[in-house]
Amino acid sequence: MLALQILIDGFAISALYALGATGFTLIFGVSGVLNLSHGAIMVLAAVAAWAAASVLHLDTYSGALVGIVAALICALITYFAVVQPIQKSRRIPNEEKEIFVLTGTLLWGIMIQELIAYFFTNNAKTVLPIVGGVVDILGVRTPTNEIFTALVCCLVIALLWLLVNRTRTGKAVLAASMNPRGVTLLGLELSNIYIVVWAIYGILAGIAGVLLGMFLGVSSYSVGPLTASAFSIVVLGGLGSVSGSLIAAFVVGYLETLTAYLVSPAYRTIPALLLLIIVMYIRPQGLLGRR
Amino acid sequence: MMNTSKPPAFWSVRRLLGATAIGLLLSSSQAMAADPIKFGVIAEAQAIAGASIPQAAQLAADEINAKGGVDGRQIQIITYDNHSSSADSVRAFQRAVNEDKVNAVIASYISEVVLALMPWAARLKTVMVTPGAASNEISLGVHKDYDKNKYTFHGYLTSASLALSVCDAAKELLVDGKHMKTAVIMSEDAAWTTPLDVGYEQCLPKIGLKVLDHIRFSPDTTDFTPIFNKIEGSKPDVIITGISHVGVQPTVQWKNQQVPIPMLGISSQATNETFGKDTNGAADGVLFQGVSGPGVAVTPKSIPFAEAFKKKYGNYPSYAGYTAYDEVYYLADAIKRAGSTNSDKMVDALEKTDWEGTIGRVQFYGKNDQFTHTIKYGKGLITGLMLQWQDGKQVAVWPKEVAKGQLKFPSFVKVTSN
Repeated sequence: MLALQILIDGFAISALYALGATGFTLIFGVSGVLNLSHGAIMVLAAVAAWAAASVLHLDTYSGALVGIVAALICALITYFAVVQPIQKSRRIPNEEKEIFVLTGTLLWGIMIQELIAYFFTNNAKTVLPIVGGVVDILGVRTPTNEIFTALVCCLVIALLWLLVNRTRTGKAVLAASMNPRGVTLLGLELSNIYIVVWAIYGILAGIAGVLLGMFLGVSSYSVGPLTASAFSIVVLGGLGSVSGSLIAAFVVGYLETLTAYLVSPAYRTIPALLLLIIVMYIRPQGLLGRR
Repeated sequence: MMNTSKPPAFWSVRRLLGATAIGLLLSSSQAMAADPIKFGVIAEAQAIAGASIPQAAQLAADEINAKGGVDGRQIQIITYDNHSSSADSVRAFQRAVNEDKVNAVIASYISEVVLALMPWAARLKTVMVTPGAASNEISLGVHKDYDKNKYTFHGYLTSASLALSVCDAAKELLVDGKHMKTAVIMSEDAAWTTPLDVGYEQCLPKIGLKVLDHIRFSPDTTDFTPIFNKIEGSKPDVIITGISHVGVQPTVQWKNQQVPIPMLGISSQATNETFGKDTNGAADGVLFQGVSGPGVAVTPKSIPFAEAFKKKYGNYPSYAGYTAYDEVYYLADAIKRAGSTNSDKMVDALEKTDWEGTIGRVQFYGKNDQFTHTIKYGKGLITGLMLQWQDGKQVAVWPKEVAKGQLKFPSFVKVTSN
């Protein structure tokens, strides 16, 4: 009974982590950017969805859509206003640009976080679930929304896989992650590919944020932990490796759930962080990292 | 070429000097006649429970000023957002006293913040009243070192009194009314819940509720599924809560997971009307302790205040709004009686406070009582209420004298009745 409970809860949370981390790792893989405003964009999506439903009285679906669009716009702003100016700047030496992008996105994330707290308070907000009620899975009472969350995450990840492997745009993105210079030599505009990747990222982060808002709820305090969890999942899986991130998301999700059920909810995140340290010692490139 | 005529330079200089002199004379004479009384309000402007504090204080000041102020002196509220941080609060306190020259400070609903400010109230000899922190340690600290800490007043119930208030309500509503026999305590790990839990563990068995389990969790918790599962495993009749830093998430997850056990206790965020929207209505059925509530005539002042607050700010206040409003009034009253804003004289006057506020009759425990400078708990003074979220509204259900409705739970909650 407890095992089944852990299996179900762990799957939902892991799928959500996987979706959140996929976009994060995609951007790193393609453009080498570690976007530290990731958590802020996810929280923004959830808060926008909440506000659309609670303040503007839109229905749940429209609210969710507003959240996803908000994240998409914010991701594009992040690229055009924060990342691109740093990458194009001639005054910043090339070898320092990564640090500038890290700092820039971190500060941008803090700005979003403070704005959310200013306008919508720092208390948690929850998005009304698209599907309500509970179902009984072999004696485990499971919110239907939890199953819905897991399904949507898997579906979106599958769609992303199709997009990357089966479409022309996707193949260009894949090629850019392997060899940016080669892509430009083939006559493709690298900056267009970056815009596509940031747009895909915005949609992924938006969906993940809205689902998180429905499943657990978010507040402006969640910004840091969400960025940190995406960051550790991606590092654990291997920077830039999408499949590595997926595996790492499930490892972290289940480790956390096991700890919460078998030890104490208070120590939930500790074992996953310990694992991260151990992996860093033994295999610094992560589970499936290229090096 | 230029045809514009300038006034002679000496004339404009003379006029400037004259105006300055008149201005100086006027301002100094005004200062002598009506120097404003300044109250610093340090609060969590971004949190549901804290946001009402500066708003309510301003409302009280506006009302007092409209009636002519205190002996002709206007009350000025200077607010500082502490971002729920002790360090920010200490800086705000120093600035309030040293630069903005406030006469007293109203501070915070978080016990950790108030405990961090106490030494500063002592060092800077400035009267400080908290509208919402609950830890017993605040007034115990005043009792232990009265001469040093006498500037701190506790304008809200201690955790010990809160536990008593919850138990008194649980006895009538759940034990006598619904024949419940068992409970699990669920509280966040914070300074204010340590004495609260001790209080719960003492008083729950006395009223006939056996404590089956006691779960303390980190205030950072976001996923409450394992906690509710563990609680359900013990099969209690009721969950007795002690939550303030969290509120929205456990409440929404309680509903989404359809945990069949009712929740009753302290849930600070639930005291603010905005909680209904933040939880998308998941709050329905939640029972929470309050000192006053919308539509509840605890005293003749309660309803007019709540309505005026809603008219001005768009929502009913949190519990700390009621206490902050009263605090501005009894601080002003103390200054009037003391005839001075001297801190020591204000302390003497505050100790003799007997003020009918929105939450009941406010009097403070004295130097020789255990909880020095906390507001007195008891019948005829302040007893607290039990309210319940019903159909998106906060309804008082206890005590009988002020109750506006019967207990009502959502369909997934199973209330034992035998």
